[in-house]
Amino acid sequence: MAIEYKQTQLLTDVPRHYCPGCGHGIIHRLVAEAIDELDAGAKAVGVSPVGCSVFANNYFNFDMVNALHGRAPAVGTGIKRARPDALVFTYQGDGDLASIGAAEVVHAAMRGEKITTIFVNNAIYGMTGGQMAPTTLVGQKTATSPNGRDADWCGSPIRICEMLSTLEGAYYIARVALDTPAHINQAKKTIKQAFKYQLEGKGYCLIEVLSTCPTNWGMSPVEAMDWLSENMIAYYPLGVFKDKGAM
Amino acid sequence: MVKFSIKEELCKGCELCVRACPKKLLQLSPDKLNEKGYHPVMITDEEACVACGSCFRTCPDTVLSIVKE
Amino acid sequence: MAKKLMKGSEAIAEAAIRNGCRFFFGYPITPQTEIPEYFSERMFEEEVHGCFLQAESEIAAINMVYGAASTGVRAMTSSSSPGISLKQEGISSLCAAELPCLIFNIMRGGPGIGSIQAGQGDYFQAVKGGGHGDYNMITFAPSSVQETINCIGQAFPLAEKYRMPVMICADGIIAQMMEPVELPEMQPYEVDPAEKPWAATGWDPKNPVGERANVTSLYVETEQLDVLSARLQGRYAIIRETEPQWEAYNMENAEIVVTAFGTIARIAKSVIDELKDEGINVGMLRPITIWPFPYDAVREAATQPGVKAVLDVEMNAGQMLEDVKLAINGAQNVDFFGHCGSHLPTVDEIREKILSMREE
Repeated sequence: MAIEYKQTQLLTDVPRHYCPGCGHGIIHRLVAEAIDELDAGAKAVGVSPVGCSVFANNYFNFDMVNALHGRAPAVGTGIKRARPDALVFTYQGDGDLASIGAAEVVHAAMRGEKITTIFVNNAIYGMTGGQMAPTTLVGQKTATSPNGRDADWCGSPIRICEMLSTLEGAYYIARVALDTPAHINQAKKTIKQAFKYQLEGKGYCLIEVLSTCPTNWGMSPVEAMDWLSENMIAYYPLGVFKDKGAM
Repeated sequence: MVKFSIKEELCKGCELCVRACPKKLLQLSPDKLNEKGYHPVMITDEEACVACGSCFRTCPDTVLSIVKE
Repeated sequence: MAKKLMKGSEAIAEAAIRNGCRFFFGYPITPQTEIPEYFSERMFEEEVHGCFLQAESEIAAINMVYGAASTGVRAMTSSSSPGISLKQEGISSLCAAELPCLIFNIMRGGPGIGSIQAGQGDYFQAVKGGGHGDYNMITFAPSSVQETINCIGQAFPLAEKYRMPVMICADGIIAQMMEPVELPEMQPYEVDPAEKPWAATGWDPKNPVGERANVTSLYVETEQLDVLSARLQGRYAIIRETEPQWEAYNMENAEIVVTAFGTIARIAKSVIDELKDEGINVGMLRPITIWPFPYDAVREAATQPGVKAVLDVEMNAGQMLEDVKLAINGAQNVDFFGHCGSHLPTVDEIREKILSMREE
């Protein structure tokens, strides 16, 4: 039985600009493969954010719409309402979703928008050079928390999955990670399940993917993956927080 | 029989695949540099590869593709 | 078509639907809230079968319009002054992404939270770029409910012809008053991918036809942004040349010409009619599009033989005044009368001003 691992047609041949070892590249592949396996490339519309993945329009090989910083869930809402048969997903970083776009993601979930959000949590602002994000861990040094995030000064990081899973409109909310091949497999299955639910016309699905930012964390890609395993998963537990399909 | 192909020009030398390979068959080529100035990944023993795909799954740039007849 | 007595807000929403608008995203703000209210019922009637959604903010609403418009459908939002301020980033990005849509500003007194009565203080914001970067939008300033309906009839075709958002700046008076109006026939709208190849109407990577949609306002390479800028500025030049609209009123042997827009122009008309009966001839040049501004028409009116002065009348501190002066460029003296915020200039005040100008 032949086994073949090669790039899906739903990714373009454009070399990805991401830093060495950045999780975006992996997630792009998981999303594209999941859509490919569901044979939904022809109806896919991806909504890219402002952040490192603002260039995702160059990488996903299907209809793409770029949204203003934080507004992807609103743009996705407009697209899905206009084309209910499309497979609409927003692809957002933690600055985009958990900071400026917090209202948009909460209300998309509240409304039970039949879209999927791929939420990349790497605990930092990447594109702008490593500033503190709402998901930056307490004590984590960044360009705007040079002495480590101080909870007394600016609070503790936000757990998006736990927050959104309290909303009735949320149908499937899960957190996955990229730190091991097994976790990557799990991430793909989870992302694919979210898309499946959307194709079945179910409610709002969000998959939070714990990812790395070697450049701005000041680590090698391998060290970054280890740091993710040892620090992020403890604060951001993996698992399914809501699955109305499994109830 | 496993056929392993590497798009060296896309490799950024991040070594995630090296970390992920259960059989430790991958390493960065010590002497070769690609156009971007990275040491691209290389496989030391293609025969020993069982095509588990761990390297493929963890590569952010789909540098590697593996076919096992 | 029989005339129907309708409230401005409701006529606006009904006219939009009859022109094929099936997607409205809005947010409550006085004095335009009857527009979303009307849509919230009418859109779901079988005959319309459209989409009304109340967003979490004006920012979300304009971005929902961005999303819907990126699939090629006719989409619209409406708000009032502070809400339009919130939408400026979205508007700039709609222009850069070349997405046709309709944006209504029912202006109210500003600045700040201001008042909830009518205002005209958003002229600069509308036509001088309330958002960032070099962009323009065709912007209408109707002075009656019927004219607003007529502007809506032109808005979507113009938006699609030039691939840009079109704004209609009415004001609280138009939204809140009732007038007999004639509505257009109901017109459905189907997206024709051939007509809008840029739209995200579905593209199969496995058997690709044409290009996949890449709707964006990001042009990170200077050369790419130059290409966009050339395309936009090229369109704006054509629009400035071919699309200005205005009304000339009682211009025959006028000795003074009033410039005004929106409902304030109607007050000025009352003064003109009154003075005409007293043998004093005052004309008016009323821009209907405040972008593209009718510079040539204003200049011709101002320099018409017999005209001694121009009086610009607005409900703001003198915003269109600057374009009037630009048009005239010193070839005629230009005076101004107006109040800020939502303080309506009265017939008597304008009359007094004109009479005092005649004595100078």
